[in-house]
Amino acid sequence: MLKIGILALQGAVQEHAKAIEASGAQAVAVKRVEELHDLDGLVIPGGESTAMRRLIDKYQFLEPLKEFAKNKPVFGTCAGMILMAKRIQGQDSAHLELIDMTVERNAFGRQVDSFEADLMIHGVGEDFTGVFIRAPYIVEVGPDVEILSKHNDRIVAAKHGHFLCAAFHPELTDDYRLHQYFVKMVQTSKEVVA
Amino acid sequence: MLKTGTERVKRGMAEMQKGGVIMDVINAEQARIAEEAGAVAVMALERVPSDIRAAGGVARMADPTIVEEVLNAVSIPVMAKARIGHIVEARVLEAMGVDYIDESEVLTPADEVFHLLKSDYTVPFVCGARDLGEASRRIGEGASMLRTKGEPGTGNIVEAVRHMRMIQGQIRKVVAMSEDELMTEAKNLGAPFEVLLQIKKDGKLPVVNFAAGGIATPADAALMMQLGADGVFVGSGIFKSENPEKFARAIVEATTHYQDYKLIAELSKGLGTPMKGIEISTLAQGERMQERGW
Repeated sequence: MLKIGILALQGAVQEHAKAIEASGAQAVAVKRVEELHDLDGLVIPGGESTAMRRLIDKYQFLEPLKEFAKNKPVFGTCAGMILMAKRIQGQDSAHLELIDMTVERNAFGRQVDSFEADLMIHGVGEDFTGVFIRAPYIVEVGPDVEILSKHNDRIVAAKHGHFLCAAFHPELTDDYRLHQYFVKMVQTSKEVVA
Repeated sequence: MLKTGTERVKRGMAEMQKGGVIMDVINAEQARIAEEAGAVAVMALERVPSDIRAAGGVARMADPTIVEEVLNAVSIPVMAKARIGHIVEARVLEAMGVDYIDESEVLTPADEVFHLLKSDYTVPFVCGARDLGEASRRIGEGASMLRTKGEPGTGNIVEAVRHMRMIQGQIRKVVAMSEDELMTEAKNLGAPFEVLLQIKKDGKLPVVNFAAGGIATPADAALMMQLGADGVFVGSGIFKSENPEKFARAIVEATTHYQDYKLIAELSKGLGTPMKGIEISTLAQGERMQERGW
């Protein structure tokens, strides 16, 4: 069985674990660097990106995560997507710098502007409920990045090689199609390596 | 169709705070220290609970200037407190764009019978609860997040522990009950039947439950996590300590790694004197903030 980690420094960890298990893989909470070594893929959950980055630095997670991402799939939602971006609007530096894209934090406004909207996600399906909470969006992507979904002309989901990201929270719904899509990516990546 | 203020969006906001620390701050400088230390949100206040306790008199919503100053200073969510039942204070905070409102017993209640109908608002609310009846009533009114009441501003963890243990025990009881026993349990607890039914079905509260009221050390924060809290609020503890920056970082790390005792030992070293605590039995009935709320 595929073993997929969920970075558990802060944020909605259990919800992702539930969705991953429902998609047929084993889910493990990852709090320490050593726990990365036998994983087939990793989810970086929603939460507060500044708080997560503080803990990533404190426990020297940055380099091991970048190393892990060299050949293993990673899926980030909301704060996780921000951590994966190469560029962040209005900031001089980014975090893991995995996906060739620029993101803008809290781009839809404050919590009172948080919303639900129906999305069409390429390769995943229609009528997907996107739950956007103080959400970021993708301002621009590089040539190798595949745009999976847009909401009002703003990019809200993308795929770059073995990286997947969403500005919304599929883990807060009972719709596991995007998690299933990621589990398939992990499966494919494992077969290629094997 | 785009929908704002839905139950999922409001409760989901609290889900994103899990495993984190929410810190009380009274100005932009403190807010930046909190953000830098890894807080997941800040609570903008005019005075921290221990100072409210010391000052006496009527405690109200903070001056909007302070809330605005904090909103502009940080990119993490900003919460603010409104008095229990004070519809206008809550609407004012919502209009200012505050991310979460605490209908709080730390302030002097505006209504001694009714709480806010929180489902009416676009902004989500957090409320204090000492037992499952109180927790369920707040959920029934539309609270999207709960916290223990503890005894705010005392630096004494005993009441928060009591409330967390009480709620967890009552949840276990509800889950173990058969469905035909739930209505009587609802009557006994003073809880809406539907909320208990959902708790029984899910095996847990439908919203996130943080610890609050009396957390003064990293070990206190880790203790509350171990007892089942989803995260912690630290009020007077941080900026009343000798070295707030170091203290704030230590609390954040202890909350993440609440079962790593060697680490907690390390980060508890040389933190300086924590805030001076108050023994609960020395408080007169009227001084106990946790009694406020109905």
